[in-house]
Amino acid sequence: MEMTAAEALVKCLEKEQVEVIFGYPGASIFPVYDALYHCTSIKHILVRHEQGAAHAADGYARATGRVGVCMSTSGPGATNLVTGLANAYMDSVPLVAFTGQVPTSQVGTDAFQEVDITGITMPITKHNYLVKDAAQLPRIVKDAFHIAASGRPGPVLIDLPKDVLLTVIDYHYPRSVNLRGYKPNYKGHPNQINEAAKLIAQSRRPVIYAGGGILSANAGKELLTLAETISAPVTNTFMGLSGFPGDHPLFLGMLGLHGTRAANLAVTNSDLLIALGARFDDRVTAKIAEFAPRAGVVHIDIDPAEIGKNVPVHVPIVGDVKLVLRELLPKLVKRDDTSWLEQIQAWKEQYPLCYCQESEELKPQYVVEKLYDLTKDDDVTVVTDVGQHQMWVAQYYRFKTPGSLISSGGLGTMGFGLPAAVGAQLGLPGRQVILVTGDGSIQMTMQELATAMEQKLPLKIIILNNKVLGMVRQLQQMYCESRYIAVDFDFHPDFAMLARAYGMKDYTLCTPAEVDRLLPEALAQAGPVLVHCVVSTMENVNPVVPVGKAINEAVDC
Amino acid sequence: MRHILAVMVENNPGVLARVAGLFSRRGFNIDSLAVGRTENPKISRMTIVVEGDQRVLEQVTKQLHKLVDVIKISDVTTEQYVDRELVMIKVNASSSLRGEIIQIADIFRARIVDLGVKSITLECTGNDAKINAFEESLRPYGLKELVRTGKIAMLRGMRYSGVQDSGGRQQEPE
Repeated sequence: MEMTAAEALVKCLEKEQVEVIFGYPGASIFPVYDALYHCTSIKHILVRHEQGAAHAADGYARATGRVGVCMSTSGPGATNLVTGLANAYMDSVPLVAFTGQVPTSQVGTDAFQEVDITGITMPITKHNYLVKDAAQLPRIVKDAFHIAASGRPGPVLIDLPKDVLLTVIDYHYPRSVNLRGYKPNYKGHPNQINEAAKLIAQSRRPVIYAGGGILSANAGKELLTLAETISAPVTNTFMGLSGFPGDHPLFLGMLGLHGTRAANLAVTNSDLLIALGARFDDRVTAKIAEFAPRAGVVHIDIDPAEIGKNVPVHVPIVGDVKLVLRELLPKLVKRDDTSWLEQIQAWKEQYPLCYCQESEELKPQYVVEKLYDLTKDDDVTVVTDVGQHQMWVAQYYRFKTPGSLISSGGLGTMGFGLPAAVGAQLGLPGRQVILVTGDGSIQMTMQELATAMEQKLPLKIIILNNKVLGMVRQLQQMYCESRYIAVDFDFHPDFAMLARAYGMKDYTLCTPAEVDRLLPEALAQAGPVLVHCVVSTMENVNPVVPVGKAINEAVDC
Repeated sequence: MRHILAVMVENNPGVLARVAGLFSRRGFNIDSLAVGRTENPKISRMTIVVEGDQRVLEQVTKQLHKLVDVIKISDVTTEQYVDRELVMIKVNASSSLRGEIIQIADIFRARIVDLGVKSITLECTGNDAKINAFEESLRPYGLKELVRTGKIAMLRGMRYSGVQDSGGRQQEPE
């Protein structure tokens, strides 16, 4: 069928069953928008900044398990996507990003709104394309969706010069993908799986350390069966939270820098670490030489490059965590050695997470605890931004269903929260989506309040306002003898007024009593709500592993 | 230890930037790099010489494999192989010294590729040691210019590092 490449692109997106595109138009990408005019099956969400488009596509992808799609014009439109792409790359989120480009005749001439976006995004995409031959576009789109969603997921970018988009091509959508250099391995090696079973049978103090791979592979059920079969305690990385029920007796909480003492002690004293879809990130291991020093390591991951990257591994298994666990589970024998679990229980009781609620001042942790209390029996998705509030959510909200937490882990992108919540809510229209953010983070992307309102999204936004960049202030307190610089916000907008300016219902909560009284009411509203919580400024995230220390050397500060 | 990697890549625009960028951002050092197309015009072969222990080499290989355009990687140094490099050297040569220089060239089985009024340009092929020795032998005459191609290498006998299937993608229209 003859049509322009831009029209063909829309046909390709229909074939890939794309429902939503998050985008922002401009001169170079214009032919695609013209082609979208006649398309009824794809909804275009006009964001207010391209960074919002990338994060919204990211939030949508994490919420639905589908590939998120975002689009921008050339030059500044494309560079504004960069943070979002880097974020998706670090957290292994499947995205396909389309950028406009100046006509091929002008590429390389520093033309108006020209930027080498394939060059810029090479290190932060799984793969990218500059389309020079319009006839190749359908194949490239097919490949891009395949690459983004398969293996270890990640973002793929397709750069579209304007003249290419206007070229008439004979459109055929390829049925299959054939990439010689890209063949992810899903099935674990049977001998290695046997080896793992042997190590597990011999171990006396096993710990399961599960990361974001559990969620990408949808392996929550298998993880639960594994833990219960071998009676091993489970700790989640930040990215892995919600992959194991937070209220399960075998759950240790998060490990690492701000992990629970029980999790960190369990790992340090374990004789076998079963790492599932995790990458021994520096926030998890802290001083790597003393991380799980007495433990053998079984590492199951879809990305072979993660195995042996940071720590030596005794049994490496490359494969999809779900498939590998399914092979492994029948080979395991039930363990009922109770002494290790008794020790774990003793640590949990000795070192619970805690904070002081001494005055009438509202503590941020209290808000998170209350939020958990109010929503624990409902199907909710919690989205966070980045900073202290994010860690308090990780510590005090007990996630139960896989995927119920959406947050920026690897890149730690302040400003991720609101646009990601927009994307999540669009992907899950019937579900309650709650954004917990900070006064710093929300101000990085709060222009997307307009997008949320325009789309009539019933978002519940909770701002934990401590009037300070809390995480940095805490670092300055710990490492700079409280020489606070560039962390205090002397001016804030009136967040309640801001909510009203956008037509949202607002609540301002300053005491625990107000939280008790009004938070249930705020969450029960049908429409969008902004809950502004004025919380104490000097609160720290505890425990914390000081720089250069091992994870069992956490302190309270 | 020094390893010679034969990296077969799709002959796509930007593939060199992808490979080079990967080395620099992951902190791996490239000792030498030679690229050219293979018997299949859709595939290029990069011969990359890297210095590092087994752990570094494993990471280099795994990270390279993650590039969609990389088809196959072989560490040639693990087996019997031949390697070659070509050098061109322009050396000062007044007419009185030409004879001596031509004698040196003969010893190294180098060839004269150009002759100027005051210079000779020589071409020599061989492994590292030979090229280095050739360079040192000519140094006393004054090296005006020197260019090396970087190493290329191949397994001996019937063993191969290349990609055997000749086909590219099959387009399957609906």
